[in-house]
Amino acid sequence: MDWRQLWEICSAPDNVPIVGLIPMIVTIILMVWSITLSAPLEEPANPNLTMNPAKAPWYFLGLQEMLVYFDPWIAGVVMPTLIIVGLMAIPYIDTNPLGSGYYTWKQRKFSIGSFLFGFIVLWVAMIIIGTFIRGPGWQWFWPGQTWDHNRLIYEVNRDLPDLFGIGSNLGKAILGGIVVVGYYVLGGFIVHALFRRYNPKDYKRMSLLQYSIMQFFLLTMVALPLKMMLRLAWHIKYVWITPWFNV
Amino acid sequence: MPEENGNGKNGNGTRVGLLERVKAGVKEDVQSLKTDMPAKAKDQIEGLKDPTKTQLYTSIFRHKHDDTPRNRALGVLSNVFLHLHPAKINRDAVRYSFTWGMGGITFYLFIVLTFTGVLLMFYYHPTKVQAFRDVLYLEHDVPFGKLLRNMHRWAAHLMVIGVWLHMFRVFLTGSYKKPREFNWNIGVLLLVFTLLLSFTGYLLPDDQLGFWAVTVGTNMARATPGLGHEGPFGAQLGMTPYNDVRFGLLGGSIVDANALLRSYIWHCIGIPIVAAILMIVHFWRVRKDGGISGPAPVMLASEVKEKK
Ligand code: HEM
Repeated sequence: MDWRQLWEICSAPDNVPIVGLIPMIVTIILMVWSITLSAPLEEPANPNLTMNPAKAPWYFLGLQEMLVYFDPWIAGVVMPTLIIVGLMAIPYIDTNPLGSGYYTWKQRKFSIGSFLFGFIVLWVAMIIIGTFIRGPGWQWFWPGQTWDHNRLIYEVNRDLPDLFGIGSNLGKAILGGIVVVGYYVLGGFIVHALFRRYNPKDYKRMSLLQYSIMQFFLLTMVALPLKMMLRLAWHIKYVWITPWFNV
Repeated sequence: MPEENGNGKNGNGTRVGLLERVKAGVKEDVQSLKTDMPAKAKDQIEGLKDPTKTQLYTSIFRHKHDDTPRNRALGVLSNVFLHLHPAKINRDAVRYSFTWGMGGITFYLFIVLTFTGVLLMFYYHPTKVQAFRDVLYLEHDVPFGKLLRNMHRWAAHLMVIGVWLHMFRVFLTGSYKKPREFNWNIGVLLLVFTLLLSFTGYLLPDDQLGFWAVTVGTNMARATPGLGHEGPFGAQLGMTPYNDVRFGLLGGSIVDANALLRSYIWHCIGIPIVAAILMIVHFWRVRKDGGISGPAPVMLASEVKEKK
């Protein structure tokens, strides 16, 4: 007996009612929503009257939130590029043949864990912060707290080389470079030690290229909360300062 | 009286004979109307009892509608719209707890957006003088204009959320694994284009919200490494506010009339076409990759019995 005969069902007539029902439900929800809640419309565009805060559309607020911690070329260009490339790389670096076509946590702890970290913590949570918590001057206002447009926070930010008393431009560039490269090397080593132990099968299956790409994206993702911590806990603005760009 | 006029030129003798013959003929005609027409009408009504046998029907539907598995499959395969949908599908695919129906809902929202979007286009001019007024006009004067605008706006938000949830479920079920790697990539492009669709629409009401959102958004392009005048190596490569990538996006150094027009064209023509083509490829690949993913088949004892 062909297992396909068992596995597949003749679905055309059985499937049609559901296929028709779902759009109907969506339409009803959308209608009710549109009748009760109106789409926003502000004053006519006025380049001379800056909106404060000027927020990007909500789905980009994760990136705008990153502007607090990173320069625009990183938050606005490098990060979106890495997100797209990283998503595209997923099927080619996840060599685990298990967990294809069904829900499982046990068989794919590492890949699901990494994805949840990226999607929920780095994307959805940042959007929630950007949407509900950021107020004028992109400052932190709890929901319900009145927006004080005159509130100023005197925050003296330092750069990492300042902590070491390095004044020369060359010294700053070299120190920062060492710290950044050092992070990837040391972090990569730690991930290697853990991954090899806890994911021996995946580790064996992966080619050097797959393994390096996985390491790069994982370490870059982890770098975001680390940089945020540097700023929030120690008021460090830049780690790496060069004449052309700062990180 | 055509027969009298027509026969006026002939002799008397033949005239009588002709009249007889014509009379007989007409009688026959009348008789045939009396007998044939009811018979035909009966046939016709008889035929309507099974409309699937009419020529009209068979010209549209290319097969019979008997309830056999073969004909059920043909019913799907021989219809250009339904044929995108598999005739036989994996049983998990009909289980909404597996797909959450999110891909389908996203696609449906795209259709809704196209429909409401085209209607909005009837009232909207992408110019600095008219755009904002057109939106006010829609809100206050156009019949159902406010509903139309609201539906377009909220469906757009829902579509963004739908794409994310769809991607989330595809990840959780590991459905990007072999042989679906490529379709996942088409999906990532669809995600990008969905966001861009939404973003280009944001400017169109020409209000403060859209203006500043797009200003913030495109200011980031200033900082593109090498291609923006404020980005790393930008100045070194000769970038100024008047020739960098942001200038190209906005059609100017500030968000103004050209930016509005470009936004409009990307939003209403460029991106929807690309997205629609990608969707066609996406659905095609879902089919070609073996339908919606499912676990390796397991035979249950109960199923074996059922089959016997
Ligand atoms: C406009 C956006 C999109 C539309 C309209 C769409 C539509 C669909 C539909 C209707 C299906 C059939 C199964 C289901 O409903 O879940 C599907 C499957 C699939 N989609 Fe999408 N999709 C979109 C975006 C994406 C994105 C962003 C991704 C991933 C990054 C993706 C990856 C896939 C994959 C891999 C499958 C096969 C799943 C399986 O076999 O279980 N799609 N898509």
